[in-house]
Amino acid sequence: MKALRRWRQVGVRVDETRVADASGPSVPFDVAEDDPLLLHLQKHPDTVALNELDLDSPALDAMRAAAVQVIVPLVAQGELIGVLNLGPRRSERPYSLDDRRLLDHLAGNAAAAIRVAHLVRHQEQQARLHERIDQELKVAQLIQQQFLPQEAPAPEGWSVVPHYRPAREVGGDFYDFIPLPEGRIGLVVGDVTDKGVPAAMVMATTHSILRTDAPRLVDPGAVLSRANDLLCAEMPPNMFVTCLYAVLDPATGHLRFANAGHNLPCIHTAEGVVEPRATGMPLGLLPGLTYDEQEVTVDPGSTVLLYSDGVVEAHNPERELYGFPRIRALVGRTAPEDDVVQAVLDDLASFTGPGWEQEDDITLVSIARAPGAVAEIDQVGDPLATFEVASDLGNERIAADQVVNAIGHLGLSTPVVERVRTVVAEATMNAIEHGNDCRSEVPVGLSVSASPTELTIQVVDQGGATELPEAETPDIEAKLDGRQTPRGWGLFLMRAMVDHLEVTSEGDQRTVELIIRLDGDKERAL
Amino acid sequence: MNEFDAAVRQDGAMAIVDLAGTIDGGAEAALDAAYAGAAELRAGTVALDFTRVEYINSTGIALLVSLLAKARRDGRPVLAWGLTDHYREIFEITRLADFLEVVADEQTARSAAGSSTNEG
Repeated sequence: MKALRRWRQVGVRVDETRVADASGPSVPFDVAEDDPLLLHLQKHPDTVALNELDLDSPALDAMRAAAVQVIVPLVAQGELIGVLNLGPRRSERPYSLDDRRLLDHLAGNAAAAIRVAHLVRHQEQQARLHERIDQELKVAQLIQQQFLPQEAPAPEGWSVVPHYRPAREVGGDFYDFIPLPEGRIGLVVGDVTDKGVPAAMVMATTHSILRTDAPRLVDPGAVLSRANDLLCAEMPPNMFVTCLYAVLDPATGHLRFANAGHNLPCIHTAEGVVEPRATGMPLGLLPGLTYDEQEVTVDPGSTVLLYSDGVVEAHNPERELYGFPRIRALVGRTAPEDDVVQAVLDDLASFTGPGWEQEDDITLVSIARAPGAVAEIDQVGDPLATFEVASDLGNERIAADQVVNAIGHLGLSTPVVERVRTVVAEATMNAIEHGNDCRSEVPVGLSVSASPTELTIQVVDQGGATELPEAETPDIEAKLDGRQTPRGWGLFLMRAMVDHLEVTSEGDQRTVELIIRLDGDKERAL
Repeated sequence: MNEFDAAVRQDGAMAIVDLAGTIDGGAEAALDAAYAGAAELRAGTVALDFTRVEYINSTGIALLVSLLAKARRDGRPVLAWGLTDHYREIFEITRLADFLEVVADEQTARSAAGSSTNEG
């Protein structure tokens, strides 16, 4: 039956044959695919008289009733593509052997011509189909581009960089920036399931709903909840929309967002990369849903990255996923002045390799807050912070965070800030453990000051009476061989990471002074 | 504060230890268990993925030295990836970087582990 199936594919009705005589129009017959007549003609593709056939065939019965006398199979390239049925001759004489030879010859030529006609028609249909698909893709692209913002907002002290790259078969990614009351900005990143025109239409609807409701409702959770209810009523089957909606207040750095099943925002802060979580179902699945809200503060020097699945679900030639850990690590490696969007695109290109066919739309939006303007620093040395922490292990990180916050406005480069974090944590840990013997009630005091050329941090404990062990260069070979304890890195690290370290004692009080020169910080943001 | 996790998985002749969180004094038991797990797998190479490590202090450095000492004793090369620039600097300062191979990512580690197995 394979030949018949192919025959059907080229658009010719299998279940139809025609009878003709000179006295009237041709009459079509329905022939079932499993009719024994078809099987017979496939095996014996020669002109045959009906009275020579002994088959239990409904088609044959119908032909006999219509006075068909001779069947001429039309065979091209070994495939039965039609049948010519002839009624009685006008002379009423039987078909002769010569007649049959002539009919066989004619059938061979006719079959070849019909075959060519089928192929031409098939090609034309395919061309029309491709043209229609191309046309649909163009329409989808047009709709999508129509609704993407023409320019990004540019509040003072902020840099907003969008990037949208459609896949060949346009997916349903979208993003938007919505002006809100009091200078706030609505940030939208979303993805409609499915591709092409239907996805583009749903994207356009979602865009319009958000544009209408966001300025009125403002609260991200309420905006998504309203959008969900409206979309549920109109959503085509098996489609839904993932969407992250955030409201940024550029004046304060507050970013409040709600999330309908979309990727979480990835935020590079001075403390590392964080992904604040807000959960909720995608839009358009179930009415009456509510959406959690989350609020974070984007500090100077921090960057928020919003992105679509097209990034994390990209594959390399080994079919490995680009994945969330890569994007998190990459965001963590970027400095505040870096273009994180370009960094992701470069990393993705190197991961996927040359000749990669993009599988899905890629959308990236970065929202970066400029590092604080470099403060005017007093010549003598501005005290920036003075505080105490209890002598409990773990508090060294709190002390380090507080110092880093206190120097945030100095616009120091990330490497310098990270060194400060490490040396303050190490000095405070030493003070807690060795100076104050982990006595919770005895505090460790810290003070931070800065001059135009130096940052000075003092860490004070109550271990003045005890000798601080001299920091020797640890011999890692001896440590690996077991000739030295693996420990003993704290003071060594501190000495290596600051420009000057001095330990002084006065009575019970011991002070570790750490000085980092700022004039060597070439990356210092100005 | 001492939230740390070290999960071991096998990848051919390599045992990959996925490190996550803070490597300080509180990480000792988990790091010891992770190396024991890698040894149980009879791994040719131990690979440390630092991608999800947020903080390492001097005690954490000492724990990594202990792990390196065990690996050296057992003849297992150690690979590492996912370090931030800051911790790369610390690995250079402490010369840890001389005794483990810092590679770009897991895929590179796989090729490096393959070649060190072949050599060894």
